[in-house]
Amino acid sequence: MLNVHKLGFSVGGFELQDISLRVEPREYFVLMGATGSGKSLLIKSVCGLLRSKTGRIMIDGRDVTDLPPRLRSVGYVPQDSCLMPHLNVLRNVTFALEVAGKSKATAANEIKHVVDSLGIESLLDRSPVNLSGGERQKVALARALASKPKLLLLDEPVSALDEPTRREICAVLYRVQREFGVATIHVCHSRQEAAAVHDRLGVMSQGRLVQAGTLDELTENPADQAVRRLLCPPISETI
Amino acid sequence: MKPSRNTAPESPPVAGRRATALSVICLSFLSLFVVAVLTLLATAFRYEYLTFGIFKDIITSPNILHAMTVSIVSSLITLMLVIVFAITAGYALSRYRFPGQAILDTIADVPLLLPPVVVGLLLLIFFAYEPGRSIEHQMYTWTGFTMHSMVGIVLCQFLISASYAIRSAKSAYDSVDRRLEQVALSLGCTDLQAFGRVTLPLARNGLIAGAIMAWARAIGVFGPLIVFVGTSVRVRTLPTVIYLELSIGKEQVSLAVAIVMVAIASVALAIVHWLAPGRKWS
Repeated sequence: MLNVHKLGFSVGGFELQDISLRVEPREYFVLMGATGSGKSLLIKSVCGLLRSKTGRIMIDGRDVTDLPPRLRSVGYVPQDSCLMPHLNVLRNVTFALEVAGKSKATAANEIKHVVDSLGIESLLDRSPVNLSGGERQKVALARALASKPKLLLLDEPVSALDEPTRREICAVLYRVQREFGVATIHVCHSRQEAAAVHDRLGVMSQGRLVQAGTLDELTENPADQAVRRLLCPPISETI
Repeated sequence: MKPSRNTAPESPPVAGRRATALSVICLSFLSLFVVAVLTLLATAFRYEYLTFGIFKDIITSPNILHAMTVSIVSSLITLMLVIVFAITAGYALSRYRFPGQAILDTIADVPLLLPPVVVGLLLLIFFAYEPGRSIEHQMYTWTGFTMHSMVGIVLCQFLISASYAIRSAKSAYDSVDRRLEQVALSLGCTDLQAFGRVTLPLARNGLIAGAIMAWARAIGVFGPLIVFVGTSVRVRTLPTVIYLELSIGKEQVSLAVAIVMVAIASVALAIVHWLAPGRKWS
Protein backbone atom coordinates (compact mmCIF):
# COMPACT_ATOMS: atom_id res chain seq x y z
CA MET A 1 0.00 0.00 0.00
CA LEU A 2 2.54 2.60 1.19
CA ASN A 3 6.15 2.21 0.26
CA VAL A 4 8.56 4.90 1.40
CA HIS A 5 12.05 4.43 -0.01
CA LYS A 6 15.11 6.22 1.35
CA LEU A 7 13.19 9.41 2.09
CA GLY A 8 15.26 12.35 3.25
CA PHE A 9 14.87 16.10 3.71
CA SER A 10 15.72 18.85 6.14
CA VAL A 11 13.53 21.47 7.77
CA GLY A 12 15.04 24.28 9.82
CA GLY A 13 18.22 22.38 10.62
CA PHE A 14 16.41 19.10 11.45
CA GLU A 15 16.99 16.21 9.06
CA LEU A 16 15.01 13.11 8.20
CA GLN A 17 17.52 10.61 6.92
CA ASP A 18 17.08 7.59 4.66
CA ILE A 19 13.66 6.57 5.90
CA SER A 20 12.31 3.39 4.36
CA LEU A 21 8.92 2.12 5.43
CA ARG A 22 6.25 -0.28 4.18
CA VAL A 23 2.64 -0.29 5.27
CA GLU A 24 0.53 -3.16 3.96
CA PRO A 25 -3.07 -2.83 2.75
CA ARG A 26 -5.56 -2.70 5.67
CA GLU A 27 -2.68 -2.52 8.14
CA TYR A 28 -2.75 -0.29 11.24
CA PHE A 29 0.80 0.97 11.58
CA VAL A 30 1.73 2.99 14.65
CA LEU A 31 4.66 5.38 14.42
CA MET A 32 6.21 6.12 17.80
CA GLY A 33 9.06 8.30 18.96
CA ALA A 34 10.00 10.93 21.47
CA THR A 35 9.01 14.55 20.87
CA GLY A 36 11.13 16.01 18.07
CA SER A 37 12.06 12.64 16.58
CA GLY A 38 10.52 13.55 13.20
CA LYS A 39 7.24 11.58 13.27
CA SER A 40 5.02 14.48 12.25
CA LEU A 41 7.47 15.57 9.55
CA LEU A 42 7.36 12.09 8.06
CA ILE A 43 3.55 12.08 8.13
CA LYS A 44 3.41 15.52 6.49
CA SER A 45 5.87 14.37 3.87
CA VAL A 46 3.75 11.29 3.05
CA CYS A 47 0.71 13.59 2.93
CA GLY A 48 2.51 15.91 0.50
CA LEU A 49 2.52 18.95 2.77
CA LEU A 50 6.33 18.86 2.82
CA ARG A 51 8.43 18.01 -0.22
CA SER A 52 11.27 15.51 0.22
CA LYS A 53 14.75 16.17 -1.17
CA THR A 54 15.61 12.54 -1.78
CA GLY A 55 13.79 9.21 -1.95
CA ARG A 56 10.43 8.06 -3.33
CA ILE A 57 6.95 7.67 -1.91
CA MET A 58 4.62 5.10 -3.50
CA ILE A 59 0.95 4.85 -2.56
CA ASP A 60 -1.03 1.93 -3.97
CA GLY A 61 1.71 1.26 -6.52
CA ARG A 62 1.75 4.87 -7.77
CA ASP A 63 4.73 7.18 -7.39
CA VAL A 64 3.32 10.24 -5.61
CA THR A 65 6.64 11.83 -4.59
CA ASP A 66 6.12 14.92 -6.73
CA LEU A 67 2.33 15.08 -6.51
CA PRO A 68 0.44 17.68 -4.42
CA PRO A 69 -1.61 16.41 -1.44
CA ARG A 70 -4.91 16.46 -3.36
CA LEU A 71 -3.66 13.86 -5.85
CA ARG A 72 -2.26 11.40 -3.29
CA SER A 73 -5.53 9.90 -2.03
CA VAL A 74 -4.66 10.33 1.63
CA GLY A 75 -6.83 11.33 4.58
CA TYR A 76 -5.10 13.49 7.18
CA VAL A 77 -6.19 14.05 10.79
CA PRO A 78 -3.97 16.57 12.59
CA GLN A 79 -3.34 16.68 16.31
CA ASP A 80 -6.21 18.84 17.51
CA SER A 81 -8.60 18.00 14.69
CA CYS A 82 -8.42 21.40 12.93
CA LEU A 83 -12.08 21.57 12.02
CA MET A 84 -13.11 24.57 9.93
CA PRO A 85 -14.72 26.93 12.46
CA HIS A 86 -16.78 28.75 9.82
CA LEU A 87 -18.53 25.55 8.66
CA ASN A 88 -20.90 23.35 10.63
CA VAL A 89 -20.09 19.70 11.25
CA LEU A 90 -21.96 18.52 8.15
CA ARG A 91 -20.06 20.95 5.89
CA ASN A 92 -16.81 19.90 7.52
CA VAL A 93 -17.47 16.24 6.82
CA THR A 94 -18.61 16.88 3.25
CA PHE A 95 -15.77 19.35 2.59
CA ALA A 96 -13.72 17.05 0.34
CA LEU A 97 -16.79 15.97 -1.64
CA GLU A 98 -17.88 19.57 -2.20
CA VAL A 99 -14.37 20.46 -3.34
CA ALA A 100 -14.63 17.56 -5.79
CA GLY A 101 -17.69 19.28 -7.27
CA LYS A 102 -20.47 17.17 -5.74
CA SER A 103 -23.72 18.86 -4.78
CA LYS A 104 -24.56 19.29 -1.10
CA ALA A 105 -27.35 16.70 -1.36
CA THR A 106 -25.13 14.10 -3.06
CA ALA A 107 -22.32 14.76 -0.58
CA ALA A 108 -24.68 14.44 2.40
CA ASN A 109 -25.89 11.12 1.00
CA GLU A 110 -22.38 9.79 0.45
CA ILE A 111 -21.21 10.46 4.01
CA LYS A 112 -24.14 8.58 5.57
CA HIS A 113 -22.14 5.41 6.14
CA VAL A 114 -19.21 7.25 7.78
CA VAL A 115 -21.55 9.34 9.92
CA ASP A 116 -23.48 6.26 11.09
CA SER A 117 -20.32 4.34 11.81
CA LEU A 118 -18.88 7.13 13.97
CA GLY A 119 -22.22 7.95 15.60
CA ILE A 120 -22.12 11.67 14.87
CA GLU A 121 -25.57 12.16 13.30
CA SER A 122 -26.70 14.31 16.22
CA LEU A 123 -23.73 16.65 15.73
CA LEU A 124 -24.21 17.47 12.05
CA ASP A 125 -25.98 20.81 12.54
CA ARG A 126 -23.67 22.01 15.30
CA SER A 127 -20.70 24.33 15.08
CA PRO A 128 -17.32 22.65 15.68
CA VAL A 129 -16.59 25.38 18.23
CA ASN A 130 -19.13 23.82 20.62
CA LEU A 131 -17.92 20.21 20.41
CA SER A 132 -15.96 18.31 23.04
CA GLY A 133 -12.44 17.07 22.25
CA GLY A 134 -13.63 13.52 21.57
CA GLU A 135 -16.47 14.70 19.33
CA ARG A 136 -14.08 16.90 17.39
CA GLN A 137 -11.74 13.98 16.74
CA LYS A 138 -14.64 11.81 15.54
CA VAL A 139 -15.73 14.56 13.15
CA ALA A 140 -12.13 15.02 11.91
CA LEU A 141 -11.94 11.27 11.32
CA ALA A 142 -15.25 11.29 9.44
CA ARG A 143 -14.02 14.21 7.33
CA ALA A 144 -10.83 12.35 6.44
CA LEU A 145 -12.72 9.13 5.60
CA ALA A 146 -15.47 10.81 3.59
CA SER A 147 -13.35 11.05 0.45
CA LYS A 148 -12.51 7.31 0.70
CA PRO A 149 -8.73 7.72 0.96
CA LYS A 150 -6.38 4.81 0.33
CA LEU A 151 -4.17 5.81 3.25
CA LEU A 152 -5.20 7.42 6.53
CA LEU A 153 -2.66 9.56 8.39
CA LEU A 154 -3.40 10.28 12.05
CA ASP A 155 -1.00 12.77 13.62
CA GLU A 156 -1.29 12.28 17.40
CA PRO A 157 -5.07 12.09 17.14
CA VAL A 158 -5.73 11.55 20.85
CA SER A 159 -2.83 13.31 22.54
CA ALA A 160 -4.91 16.36 23.47
CA LEU A 161 -7.65 14.27 25.12
CA ASP A 162 -8.16 13.14 28.70
CA GLU A 163 -7.51 9.50 29.56
CA PRO A 164 -11.08 8.05 29.38
CA THR A 165 -11.78 9.89 26.11
CA ARG A 166 -8.40 8.79 24.76
CA ARG A 167 -9.32 5.13 25.39
CA GLU A 168 -12.74 5.63 23.83
CA ILE A 169 -11.34 7.29 20.70
CA CYS A 170 -8.62 4.64 20.34
CA ALA A 171 -11.34 1.97 20.37
CA VAL A 172 -13.28 3.95 17.76
CA LEU A 173 -10.16 4.35 15.60
CA TYR A 174 -9.43 0.63 15.70
CA ARG A 175 -13.03 -0.36 14.92
CA VAL A 176 -13.44 2.13 12.10
CA GLN A 177 -10.06 1.23 10.58
CA ARG A 178 -11.10 -2.42 10.50
CA GLU A 179 -14.56 -1.56 9.13
CA PHE A 180 -13.29 0.65 6.31
CA GLY A 181 -10.18 -1.45 5.71
CA VAL A 182 -8.02 1.61 5.06
CA ALA A 183 -4.27 1.37 5.64
CA THR A 184 -3.44 3.69 8.53
CA ILE A 185 -0.41 5.38 10.05
CA HIS A 186 -1.05 6.58 13.58
CA VAL A 187 1.56 8.81 15.23
CA CYS A 188 1.81 8.68 19.02
CA HIS A 189 4.26 8.47 21.88
CA SER A 190 2.32 6.34 24.30
CA ARG A 191 2.95 2.60 24.59
CA GLN A 192 -0.60 2.03 25.87
CA GLU A 193 -2.09 3.90 22.93
CA ALA A 194 0.02 1.93 20.47
CA ALA A 195 -0.88 -1.38 22.12
CA ALA A 196 -4.59 -0.55 21.82
CA VAL A 197 -4.62 -0.12 18.06
CA HIS A 198 -1.53 -1.41 16.30
CA ASP A 199 -0.86 -4.25 13.89
CA ARG A 200 2.77 -3.19 13.61
CA LEU A 201 4.71 -0.29 14.92
CA GLY A 202 7.84 1.64 14.07
CA VAL A 203 10.04 3.73 16.33
CA MET A 204 11.70 6.93 15.20
CA SER A 205 14.62 8.65 16.85
CA GLN A 206 16.57 11.72 15.73
CA GLY A 207 15.13 11.70 12.23
CA ARG A 208 15.64 7.97 11.58
CA LEU A 209 13.26 5.04 11.59
CA VAL A 210 15.18 2.88 14.04
CA GLN A 211 13.08 -0.29 14.11
CA ALA A 212 9.74 -1.65 12.92
CA GLY A 213 7.80 -4.77 13.90
CA THR A 214 5.13 -5.96 16.30
CA LEU A 215 5.08 -4.64 19.84
CA ASP A 216 6.27 -8.00 21.17
CA GLU A 217 9.17 -8.15 18.71
CA LEU A 218 10.31 -4.63 19.58
CA THR A 219 9.87 -5.14 23.30
CA GLU A 220 11.84 -8.40 23.28
CA ASN A 221 14.62 -7.19 20.98
CA PRO A 222 14.86 -3.41 21.07
CA ALA A 223 17.33 -2.17 18.46
CA ASP A 224 18.76 0.58 20.64
CA GLN A 225 18.31 2.69 23.74
CA ALA A 226 15.64 4.90 22.12
CA VAL A 227 13.39 1.90 21.45
CA ARG A 228 14.10 0.45 24.89
CA ARG A 229 13.26 3.75 26.61
CA LEU A 230 10.02 4.11 24.68
CA LEU A 231 8.72 0.54 24.90
CA CYS A 232 10.34 -0.92 27.99
CA PRO A 233 10.13 1.85 30.60
CA PRO A 234 11.53 1.11 34.05
CA ILE A 235 8.97 -0.28 36.51
CA SER A 236 9.01 2.98 38.49
CA GLU A 237 7.93 4.96 35.36
CA THR A 238 5.22 2.42 34.54
CA ILE A 239 3.81 2.75 38.06
CA MET B 1 -23.32 28.37 56.02
CA LYS B 2 -23.11 28.72 52.29
CA PRO B 3 -23.76 25.55 50.34
CA SER B 4 -20.60 24.26 48.71
CA ARG B 5 -20.51 23.99 44.91
CA ASN B 6 -18.72 21.18 43.17
CA THR B 7 -19.13 22.37 39.61
CA ALA B 8 -16.87 24.77 37.80
CA PRO B 9 -18.29 28.24 37.11
CA GLU B 10 -19.68 28.55 33.57
CA SER B 11 -17.24 31.29 32.67
CA PRO B 12 -14.31 32.89 34.47
CA PRO B 13 -14.86 36.31 36.04
CA VAL B 14 -13.90 38.96 33.51
CA ALA B 15 -14.44 42.38 35.05
CA GLY B 16 -12.58 43.58 38.09
CA ARG B 17 -12.17 47.10 39.48
CA ARG B 18 -9.18 47.71 37.24
CA ALA B 19 -11.15 46.78 34.11
CA THR B 20 -14.00 49.05 35.18
CA ALA B 21 -11.64 51.96 35.83
CA LEU B 22 -9.97 51.51 32.45
CA SER B 23 -13.36 51.38 30.72
CA VAL B 24 -14.45 54.60 32.43
CA ILE B 25 -11.23 56.39 31.40
CA CYS B 26 -11.57 55.21 27.78
CA LEU B 27 -15.25 56.13 27.59
CA SER B 28 -14.59 59.57 29.14
CA PHE B 29 -11.92 60.24 26.56
CA LEU B 30 -14.25 59.13 23.76
CA SER B 31 -17.09 61.17 25.23
CA LEU B 32 -14.96 64.35 25.06
CA PHE B 33 -14.78 63.99 21.29
CA VAL B 34 -18.46 63.17 20.87
CA VAL B 35 -19.51 66.01 23.20
CA ALA B 36 -17.27 68.46 21.32
CA VAL B 37 -18.80 67.54 17.97
CA LEU B 38 -22.38 67.64 19.31
CA THR B 39 -21.77 71.01 21.01
CA LEU B 40 -20.37 72.43 17.79
CA LEU B 41 -23.40 71.27 15.82
CA ALA B 42 -25.89 72.39 18.49
CA THR B 43 -24.28 75.82 18.70
CA ALA B 44 -24.22 76.22 14.95
CA PHE B 45 -27.88 75.32 14.54
CA ARG B 46 -29.12 77.06 17.73
CA TYR B 47 -27.81 80.49 16.78
CA GLU B 48 -28.93 80.02 13.20
CA TYR B 49 -25.35 80.25 12.10
CA LEU B 50 -26.16 77.17 10.09
CA THR B 51 -29.84 76.35 9.67
CA PHE B 52 -31.15 73.19 8.05
CA GLY B 53 -32.19 75.29 5.05
CA ILE B 54 -28.72 76.74 4.62
CA PHE B 55 -27.16 73.33 5.18
CA LYS B 56 -29.38 71.81 2.48
CA ASP B 57 -28.62 74.66 0.05
CA ILE B 58 -24.89 74.27 0.60
CA ILE B 59 -24.67 70.54 0.17
CA THR B 60 -26.86 70.59 -2.94
CA SER B 61 -24.93 73.38 -4.66
CA PRO B 62 -23.22 72.25 -7.92
CA ASN B 63 -19.67 72.83 -6.65
CA ILE B 64 -20.22 70.82 -3.48
CA LEU B 65 -22.07 68.06 -5.34
CA HIS B 66 -19.19 67.88 -7.80
CA ALA B 67 -16.65 67.69 -4.97
CA MET B 68 -18.76 65.03 -3.31
CA THR B 69 -18.85 63.04 -6.56
CA VAL B 70 -15.08 63.37 -7.04
CA SER B 71 -14.48 62.30 -3.44
CA ILE B 72 -16.80 59.31 -3.57
CA VAL B 73 -15.77 58.09 -7.06
CA SER B 74 -12.05 58.49 -6.42
CA SER B 75 -12.24 56.86 -2.99
CA LEU B 76 -14.23 53.92 -4.38
CA ILE B 77 -11.67 53.40 -7.18
CA THR B 78 -8.94 53.60 -4.52
CA LEU B 79 -10.87 51.12 -2.40
CA MET B 80 -11.01 48.58 -5.24
CA LEU B 81 -7.27 48.91 -5.86
CA VAL B 82 -6.55 48.71 -2.13
CA ILE B 83 -8.67 45.56 -1.72
CA VAL B 84 -6.83 43.72 -4.52
CA PHE B 85 -3.46 44.94 -3.28
CA ALA B 86 -4.07 44.29 0.42
CA ILE B 87 -5.53 40.81 -0.09
CA THR B 88 -2.47 39.68 -2.04
CA ALA B 89 0.28 41.67 -0.29
CA GLY B 90 -1.15 40.92 3.17
CA TYR B 91 -1.22 37.21 2.35
CA ALA B 92 2.36 37.23 1.06
CA LEU B 93 3.61 39.06 4.16
CA SER B 94 1.69 36.73 6.46
CA ARG B 95 2.40 33.37 4.84
CA TYR B 96 5.66 33.46 2.91
CA ARG B 97 9.24 33.90 4.01
CA PHE B 98 11.41 35.48 1.32
CA PRO B 99 14.61 37.54 1.11
CA GLY B 100 13.98 41.19 1.94
CA GLN B 101 10.65 40.45 3.61
CA ALA B 102 11.50 42.51 6.70
CA ILE B 103 12.39 45.48 4.48
CA LEU B 104 9.14 45.17 2.49
CA ASP B 105 7.19 44.81 5.71
CA THR B 106 8.74 48.05 6.95
CA ILE B 107 8.20 49.87 3.65
CA ALA B 108 4.52 48.93 3.80
CA ASP B 109 4.31 50.84 7.07
CA VAL B 110 6.14 53.99 5.93
CA PRO B 111 3.02 55.87 4.74
CA LEU B 112 1.50 55.31 8.20
CA LEU B 113 4.31 57.33 9.75
CA LEU B 114 5.00 59.94 7.06
CA PRO B 115 3.03 63.19 7.31
CA PRO B 116 0.56 63.02 4.36
CA VAL B 117 1.81 66.32 2.94
CA VAL B 118 5.28 64.76 2.60
CA VAL B 119 3.77 62.02 0.43
CA GLY B 120 2.35 64.76 -1.81
CA LEU B 121 5.71 66.49 -1.96
CA LEU B 122 7.51 63.25 -2.85
CA LEU B 123 4.99 62.60 -5.64
CA LEU B 124 5.38 66.15 -6.93
CA ILE B 125 9.15 65.78 -7.10
CA PHE B 126 8.99 62.27 -8.58
CA PHE B 127 6.75 63.35 -11.48
CA ALA B 128 8.68 66.59 -12.06
CA TYR B 129 11.84 64.71 -13.08
CA GLU B 130 12.74 61.54 -14.94
CA PRO B 131 11.50 58.82 -14.94
CA GLY B 132 8.28 60.21 -13.45
CA ARG B 133 7.93 62.84 -16.19
CA SER B 134 8.11 60.18 -18.93
CA ILE B 135 5.61 57.99 -17.09
CA GLU B 136 3.14 60.88 -16.90
CA HIS B 137 3.79 61.73 -20.56
CA GLN B 138 3.16 58.12 -21.66
CA MET B 139 0.01 57.99 -19.57
CA TYR B 140 -1.23 61.21 -21.18
CA THR B 141 -0.48 59.82 -24.66
CA TRP B 142 -2.41 56.60 -24.01
CA THR B 143 -5.29 57.79 -21.84
CA GLY B 144 -5.48 61.58 -22.09
CA PHE B 145 -5.07 61.88 -18.30
CA THR B 146 -2.36 63.87 -16.52
CA MET B 147 -1.59 63.57 -12.84
CA HIS B 148 -3.74 66.67 -12.21
CA SER B 149 -6.87 64.59 -12.60
CA MET B 150 -8.71 61.68 -10.99
CA VAL B 151 -5.55 59.59 -11.57
CA GLY B 152 -3.49 61.84 -9.30
CA ILE B 153 -6.21 61.87 -6.64
CA VAL B 154 -6.44 58.07 -6.67
CA LEU B 155 -2.64 57.76 -6.52
CA CYS B 156 -2.47 60.02 -3.44
CA GLN B 157 -5.36 58.24 -1.74
CA PHE B 158 -3.89 54.83 -2.53
CA LEU B 159 -0.46 55.67 -1.11
CA ILE B 160 -1.96 57.08 2.08
CA SER B 161 -4.56 54.39 2.71
CA ALA B 162 -3.11 51.11 1.38
CA SER B 163 -0.89 50.63 4.46
CA TYR B 164 -3.94 50.45 6.74
CA ALA B 165 -5.53 47.73 4.64
CA ILE B 166 -2.28 45.76 4.23
CA ARG B 167 -1.60 45.85 7.97
CA SER B 168 -5.17 44.82 8.74
CA ALA B 169 -5.12 42.05 6.10
CA LYS B 170 -1.83 40.68 7.45
CA SER B 171 -3.25 40.56 10.98
CA ALA B 172 -6.40 38.88 9.70
CA TYR B 173 -4.39 36.22 7.84
CA ASP B 174 -2.06 35.75 10.84
CA SER B 175 -5.09 34.89 12.96
CA VAL B 176 -6.08 32.03 10.63
CA ASP B 177 -4.47 28.73 11.69
CA ARG B 178 -2.21 27.68 8.85
CA ARG B 179 -2.95 24.03 9.55
CA LEU B 180 -6.52 24.60 8.38
CA GLU B 181 -5.10 25.35 4.94
CA GLN B 182 -2.97 22.21 5.11
CA VAL B 183 -6.02 20.12 5.98
CA ALA B 184 -7.89 21.71 3.08
CA LEU B 185 -5.02 20.74 0.75
CA SER B 186 -5.20 17.15 1.99
CA LEU B 187 -8.96 17.20 1.35
CA GLY B 188 -8.53 17.92 -2.34
CA CYS B 189 -8.09 21.70 -2.55
CA THR B 190 -5.60 23.47 -4.77
CA ASP B 191 -3.71 26.34 -3.11
CA LEU B 192 -6.22 28.80 -4.57
CA GLN B 193 -9.22 26.73 -3.44
CA ALA B 194 -7.78 26.45 0.08
CA PHE B 195 -7.41 30.23 0.10
CA GLY B 196 -10.94 30.79 -1.19
CA ARG B 197 -12.71 28.18 0.93
CA VAL B 198 -10.80 28.49 4.20
CA THR B 199 -8.46 31.47 4.57
CA LEU B 200 -10.60 34.16 2.96
CA PRO B 201 -13.84 33.36 4.85
CA LEU B 202 -12.00 33.19 8.16
CA ALA B 203 -10.09 36.42 7.51
CA ARG B 204 -13.14 38.11 6.01
CA ASN B 205 -14.11 40.36 8.91
CA GLY B 206 -10.56 41.67 9.34
CA LEU B 207 -10.23 42.27 5.61
CA ILE B 208 -13.51 44.17 5.40
CA ALA B 209 -12.70 46.22 8.49
CA GLY B 210 -9.29 47.09 6.97
CA ALA B 211 -10.87 48.02 3.65
CA ILE B 212 -13.39 50.33 5.33
CA MET B 213 -10.66 51.99 7.39
CA ALA B 214 -8.66 52.47 4.20
CA TRP B 215 -11.69 53.93 2.42
CA ALA B 216 -12.42 56.33 5.29
CA ARG B 217 -8.75 57.36 5.23
CA ALA B 218 -8.82 57.77 1.44
CA ILE B 219 -11.89 60.00 1.38
CA GLY B 220 -10.28 62.25 4.00
CA VAL B 221 -6.93 62.71 2.22
CA PHE B 222 -6.09 66.39 1.95
CA GLY B 223 -2.41 67.36 2.24
CA PRO B 224 -1.05 65.40 -0.73
CA LEU B 225 -3.92 66.59 -2.95
CA ILE B 226 -3.21 70.26 -2.25
CA VAL B 227 0.50 69.77 -2.95
CA PHE B 228 0.40 67.29 -5.84
CA VAL B 229 -2.96 67.50 -7.65
CA GLY B 230 -3.90 71.13 -7.04
CA THR B 231 -7.15 72.92 -6.29
CA SER B 232 -8.79 73.47 -9.67
CA VAL B 233 -12.55 72.91 -9.62
CA ARG B 234 -12.53 69.56 -11.43
CA VAL B 235 -10.11 67.96 -8.94
CA ARG B 236 -11.61 69.36 -5.74
CA THR B 237 -12.53 66.82 -3.11
CA LEU B 238 -14.54 67.46 0.06
CA PRO B 239 -11.49 68.09 2.28
CA THR B 240 -10.08 70.48 -0.35
CA VAL B 241 -13.40 72.36 -0.38
CA ILE B 242 -13.37 72.68 3.43
CA TYR B 243 -9.90 74.25 3.26
CA LEU B 244 -10.63 76.56 0.32
CA GLU B 245 -13.96 77.81 1.68
CA LEU B 246 -12.43 78.41 5.09
CA SER B 247 -9.54 80.33 3.55
CA ILE B 248 -11.99 82.82 1.98
CA GLY B 249 -14.04 83.19 5.16
CA LYS B 250 -16.99 80.96 4.29
CA GLU B 251 -17.09 79.01 7.56
CA GLN B 252 -20.70 77.98 7.00
CA VAL B 253 -19.82 76.06 3.84
CA SER B 254 -16.81 74.49 5.52
CA LEU B 255 -18.91 73.43 8.48
CA ALA B 256 -21.66 71.96 6.30
CA VAL B 257 -19.13 69.91 4.33
CA ALA B 258 -17.43 68.90 7.57
CA ILE B 259 -20.76 67.61 8.89
CA VAL B 260 -21.13 65.48 5.77
CA MET B 261 -17.64 64.07 6.31
CA VAL B 262 -18.26 63.38 10.00
CA ALA B 263 -21.41 61.48 9.00
CA ILE B 264 -19.47 59.44 6.44
CA ALA B 265 -16.71 58.66 8.95
CA SER B 266 -19.24 57.72 11.64
CA VAL B 267 -21.01 55.26 9.35
CA ALA B 268 -17.67 53.75 8.33
CA LEU B 269 -16.58 53.36 11.95
CA ALA B 270 -19.92 51.83 12.92
CA ILE B 271 -19.47 49.22 10.19
CA VAL B 272 -15.88 48.52 11.27
CA HIS B 273 -17.04 48.07 14.85
CA TRP B 274 -19.81 45.75 13.75
CA LEU B 275 -17.32 43.67 11.79
CA ALA B 276 -14.72 43.54 14.57
CA PRO B 277 -12.66 40.33 14.27
CA GLY B 278 -14.02 37.52 16.41
CA ARG B 279 -17.47 39.04 16.66
CA LYS B 280 -19.14 36.53 14.39
CA TRP B 281 -17.58 33.36 15.81
CA SER B 282 -17.54 34.38 19.46
